[in-house]
This record gives sequence, C-alpha cells and structure tokens, in this order.
Amino acid sequence: MVVEAVSGRDVVLGRLRAAIGESGAGIPVLRDYRREGAVDLDLLVDRLTDYRARVHRVPETTVAETIADLLPASATVVVPPGLPSAWLPATVTVLPDDGLDNARIAAADGVVTAAAVAVAETGTVVLDGSPDQGRRVLSLLPDLHICVVRAAQVVAGVPAALARLTPHRPLTWISGPSATSDIELHRVEGVHGPRTLHVILLP
Amino acid sequence: MPATAPQGVGQLRGAEPFPDAARRALADPHLRRNLRHATATIRAKSAAVIAEVPDWEQLRAAGSAIKSDVLARLPELLEQVESRVTAAGGVVHWAADATEANRIVTELVAATGSDRVIKVKSMATQEIGLNEALESAGITPVETDLAELIVQLGEDRPSHILVPAIHRNRAEIREIFLRAMPGADPALTDEPVVLAAAARRYLRQTFLTTPVAVSGANFAVAETGTLAVVESEGNGRMCLTLPETLITVMGVEKVVPTWRDLEVFLQLLPRASTGERMNPYTSMWTGVTPGDGPQAFHLVLLDNGRSAVLADEVGRQALHCIRCSACLNVCPVYERTGGHAYGSVYPGPIGAVLSPQLTGIADNASLPYASTLCGACYDACPVKINIPDLLVHLRDQAPHPRAEATAMAAAAYTMDHPALYAAAQRAARSGRLLGRRGRGLPPPLDGWTASRDLPEPPAESFREWWSKR
Repeated sequence: MVVEAVSGRDVVLGRLRAAIGESGAGIPVLRDYRREGAVDLDLLVDRLTDYRARVHRVPETTVAETIADLLPASATVVVPPGLPSAWLPATVTVLPDDGLDNARIAAADGVVTAAAVAVAETGTVVLDGSPDQGRRVLSLLPDLHICVVRAAQVVAGVPAALARLTPHRPLTWISGPSATSDIELHRVEGVHGPRTLHVILLP
Repeated sequence: MPATAPQGVGQLRGAEPFPDAARRALADPHLRRNLRHATATIRAKSAAVIAEVPDWEQLRAAGSAIKSDVLARLPELLEQVESRVTAAGGVVHWAADATEANRIVTELVAATGSDRVIKVKSMATQEIGLNEALESAGITPVETDLAELIVQLGEDRPSHILVPAIHRNRAEIREIFLRAMPGADPALTDEPVVLAAAARRYLRQTFLTTPVAVSGANFAVAETGTLAVVESEGNGRMCLTLPETLITVMGVEKVVPTWRDLEVFLQLLPRASTGERMNPYTSMWTGVTPGDGPQAFHLVLLDNGRSAVLADEVGRQALHCIRCSACLNVCPVYERTGGHAYGSVYPGPIGAVLSPQLTGIADNASLPYASTLCGACYDACPVKINIPDLLVHLRDQAPHPRAEATAMAAAAYTMDHPALYAAAQRAARSGRLLGRRGRGLPPPLDGWTASRDLPEPPAESFREWWSKR
C-alpha cells in the first residue's frame, strides 16, 4: 500500500504541475477588510442570546452560586482537571476528568469549562483544550454545557480570534447549542451535542 | 493524459440529460413547493446577516484572491500540507481518482478490523461513491448528518449541497423513519423536534461504539497542517472526536496557504451558506493530539478530475468553490427543478460548471445549458466565481444540437448578405400574418423555442422605414 500511495502522489502532483504550466507564482491578496475592532460585551451577549445560549453576567465571586442555580441539587458535573475549584458549588457531585470513559461522561448531567477566546460579532466561544477546558469530548457528550468566559478573553471579530489561538491545539468553536435546520429549515436545538448552553460572562 | 474523473464510479454523471430529468421534476408540484419554501427562507436569512457586515465586498475580493493564489501554486501548497500533517503524526495519501480514493479508504478501514464507519457529511466522499465502495467491501457506512441520514434511510439521493433532504417535508421524513430506522417509536409524530430526537437516540450508541470515522474537510491550512470542518449538529464533532481512527478525504483545492486565511473564509462561508453569523460548531485539528481525539489520522488528497479543471485557465475558477450553496438558493432554474435533475452530487449553477469540467464536457453536455444566464449566482457567490461567464465558455465547448448548428450557420450567412437579410425579414413578417407570432418555430428548430418566446416580427423593418425617409 505504501508503494501505491507514493505513485498516486507522483501522478497527482505531475498532473497539477502540468495543468498550471510554468507560471506558479503567487497572487497578491489585498486585506482591506476589518481585522481589528472595539470589543463590545453587550454585542457578545446579544449574539449569544440570539443563538439561544443563556447568558449570565456575574462577578467571579458568585460563579459557584450561579452554577448552583442552573443545576438541580445532587446533579453530576464533569469538569476538566484545571478548572478553578472555587467555581463549583457544594450542591453538585463533581466528576474530575482523570480519563473518564465516554459512558460516564455521557451519563453526566452537565459539564463546566472555561474558554480560550470569545467572538463578540458572531456569538462564538472557542475551547482550545487547555487544562481548564479539557478534552474535546467533555463539552460534547453531556446534554448541558456551562462555559465561563472572562471579559479579557472577548475579541471583536473572527480575525482577532484566530490571531489569539494556537493552530496546533485541537480547537472547538461553539456558537449556541447544537442545532439542525434539516427538516423544512425549522431550527431544532440539540441533535447530538449539548441541547443547552449557558455562558457565564465575568467582568 | 486523461485526467478527468473516471466513468463507472462515483456520482458526477446523470443517467439522462438535464432537460429530460428537469421535465419530470417540473411536473411535481409538491417538490416545487418544498423547494420554493426552502430557497426563499435561506435567501432571506443570508441577505440579513450579510447586510450586517460592512466589509462584505472586501472579504469576497480577498476570498477570491486567496483562491486564485492557491490554484496558481497548488502543488507546492499540497506538499506543505503533507509535510505539516506528517510532522503532527498524521499519514497523507494521494488519490488520482475516485477508484484509487475508494481503495485507499477501504483498505484503511479494513486494517482497523471494523465493519462499520461513521461519516460526517462530505461532498468529496459522495462524489467518489465511497459508501457504495465500502458496502461492496462488507463495510457499513452510517451517515450521521440528519439530512444525509434521511437520504440514506430513504434510499434516496441528496438534492442540495447544504440541505440534502430539502426536497422532503416533515410527513415524508416521518414515514422514512418509521419504515427504515431500527427501533423507531411507532408513536413518532412529524414535529421536527421529535424527529430530531429520534435521530439522536438512534445514532448515540453508534457514535460511542464505532472505532473509525470518515469526514471531508472545508479547509486545510498549508502553513500549519490544520484541518477544519464546519457543521451545526455536533454529529461532526462526534465523528471527529470519539473514534480511534479518523480518515479525511479532501479535494486538493481545499487547501489555503496560511492560518490567517481562515479569517476570510470563516466569515464568508456561514453567512453565505446557512445565513448564520457563525455555524454552531467548527472543529479544527492538526495531526493527532495525545490523549484527545483519534490517535490515528489519515488525510486522503483527491484529484478526480480537478487537474483537468485546473488546466483550463477560464474554467479553473470553478475550483474556488467553498460549497456554500448560495448559488443554488438564488437560481431560478434550481428552484424549479431541484437538485436531482443535474444528475451530479454538485447541483445548481456551480454543478452546471463544475461537473462537466470534472467529467469532460461530453459526459455532461446538457449542464452548461441548464441556466438562464441571469447572473444571480455570480452576485451571490462569496468567492466571486463568474458562473455565467463559465457557462458560456463551456457551451462553446459542448457539442451543439445539429439543427441548432445548421440554423446558426444559416443565420450567419444571411446576415452577411444584405439582400438575403431583407428577404428574410419580409419572410418573417409573413409568419406574423400567418398567426405564428409569439409562438415557437416549426420542427426541427422548435428545440430553440420550446423554452424561449420567439420575438414578434415588426410590421415594418428598420431598413424599410429608413428607405422611405
């Protein structure tokens, strides 16, 4: 199979080189679109809400209290290993991810993560697998995701977000809860990912 | 060197010419109602979110320029992708055509020992007929996008790039689920939320127990080796995250040079495509990440006729396409015929220019004529593909109907000879007196007027009026 793959490579590259001929010089790209902008937290809240995420603007000292209000007492919550423990209320059962299997993650009532970046203009939070965000599967299988975002992590638009992110990390961009519009374009939340997304926005 | 997509494999050629297939679709009022509702809804959503972006035209121009740049130095960028993906722990394969790509994927799946794969919606794998190839090797492919699942369970074909089941309404979807979804609740209603929940229940166990996934890719960044998939439902995240092995099949034109280039396309694609500011989920990965996600990653780089498209300096801009489907949603022809009439996985205006180039014009000769040349597709295209120009360019290459060629040759000769031209005008006026005005031409020229009005000849020609002055 290795030998065949190499020959496929020669065939494809040979055909492509023949197709473009001798030219092959680059073409300049004019980037006169907006690349920076003022960060507008109200816009982020508006766009997140428009996507049917639920937004809570609270001081950091009351994160645990806010989370307690969102979850029934004795709910089971998965958390990535580096999540600040002060964010978690005593009313819930905490399952730290030390290599939990998928079945246990899927059976949990929710997950709490931090974020790497949030994009105001599009209502997007981005997770990059840092210790306070954890593996990609954590924010995928439970039906409820609580994501804590600091104001300093919010950027105006997509270009600023990419500039802050590291391509070599696994990245998940989340804009509202899981959704489909495949049946008569009627929007339905939660096909496979979490049906409920809470964003706690800290000052 | 024949570099077009091979016959007998994949889904780029229809069983019949566009006019025949279109005639049948036009006779289905139910289909036309579903399509009209869907395309009008997406058009309105898309227009609203594009209007929010003050620099939309600058983004379109940048997107178009980046794609031109990519095509001008594609071999070098692909080699860069290969080296970055390999350095990050992935394995890169090169497939000259559909047959080779199917064989590579089938062998990779077989090597894992699994007899089932979960699939993310992907145009490239539909194009090459991967599902059929896997099935003939005893491997079950499970489509996990809701619309693709509806199409798969209904033993149907997709009819739209973005919303493959756009031609089905909720009642039809309920019937398909009851008939073909194992374990479907007989009390299932046709509410979209109930149908989506049924799909969630049906697929969850499959997601959790299948060790191999196959996806496409929206973008691959040459500079970093990063792959990106945009989606809405989370089925993509399931496939890209849970299995041990991930196989991504990607057309060679999907590469972008730099990480920064994603800032252009991640703004253009969702707004043009689904009419959202951002799609609910975008996943990006570079090779493998220890402890997170698939630990084996294979990237299959697919030609399958793309080098033939690239060789045509006018036609190559069809490879700019980012599969947003905006051109379908504004096309008056697509809105009435639906996607099946185009006979290819790429329907609508982009299909009418891409499919004939991928297969060679002779195999899809009717498609460049499947358009009114109204230009709405060019205006809607987020990467500024001049589809009307391409249609005319391809019509020139397509074999013309004999009667049309004869008539055009006769018209050219007549117009070159003033006396003949004057006589022809007088003859046309007698046609007016015979009561044929506004109708069609007689056979064999009626092919021309079957879908066009013949202009009514004036009572007096300009030349006659002038000679009297």
